[in-house]
Amino acid sequence: MSDADNRLVAVLGSIPYATFLGVTAELAGDEMTAILPFSDHIVGNPMLPAIHGGVLGAFMEMTALAQLSVASPMKRQPRTVDVSIEYLRSGRPQTTFARATIKKLGRRVANVHVEAWQETRAAPIATLRGIFLVAPSEE
Amino acid sequence: MVMSDHQEQTRFMAKAMNEGSPQARALGFETLEIGNALAVLKVPYRPEIVGDPETGVIAGGVMTTLLDHASGQAVHAALETWTSIATLDLRIDYMRPAEPGRDVLARAHCYKVTRSVAFVRAVAYEDDPEDPVATAQATFMLDSSAGKKVGANLKPSRTKRAGDAA
Repeated sequence: MSDADNRLVAVLGSIPYATFLGVTAELAGDEMTAILPFSDHIVGNPMLPAIHGGVLGAFMEMTALAQLSVASPMKRQPRTVDVSIEYLRSGRPQTTFARATIKKLGRRVANVHVEAWQETRAAPIATLRGIFLVAPSEE
Repeated sequence: MVMSDHQEQTRFMAKAMNEGSPQARALGFETLEIGNALAVLKVPYRPEIVGDPETGVIAGGVMTTLLDHASGQAVHAALETWTSIATLDLRIDYMRPAEPGRDVLARAHCYKVTRSVAFVRAVAYEDDPEDPVATAQATFMLDSSAGKKVGANLKPSRTKRAGDAA
């Protein structure tokens, strides 16, 4: 496993809430896909049924944190300053994927955009834009 | 004091939203106060919902779920009759880490309802809303499931093409 792989496994394994939701990730080169398998306890609206909007937000925030860990070794976990979430379609009872794009990784602040989708990437179900305080380790 | 039918209905709805929503139940959400466009919810502290085990602080994602859920209940508490709602967008600012080992509360106020959109502000805290862990601003679509029936999400998706209206 590459260093980035190790960091990715370590960061997801270190977030108890990620384990609670069942979030995993796959890395192909530097491209990471985060995976949220469907399970009954992530449902918010049981009538439709639809995944809880908060869970989708949490999943996308974790995707951003995971992508940051892949991009650079960190002295400590990045701290979320703010997130802005848009909900586009209801989350169906199926696997959800997410990918993050780091728009900027500075010495103190990182700007990250995340998109989550289910059947096709072209029809995202939610997006997140986040600002994080980071502490990349000097090399 | 006699509770009005509307108050009673709102309380019943809040209970149903906590117990009937699997994620809310999994996190142990409880509504402490509801009515007059206001909702106060609690998430009890437990190790499974921590974000960083080094600090023992509850995950930011749990705040997201709590603030979204509380905001939704505030919208219902502002409406005369029950209608389906869906979060359009949610912005959360994190002021400071939650205190490890402590329950977190969220107070949400639906300060404006138009024909199709509701606007909410919410704050997460341990003791004092003036000393927040996080604040949120959310908008909700009203009558979001117009025409959608129970189990609609179990049918094959018709939105396979990009740009389709939800």
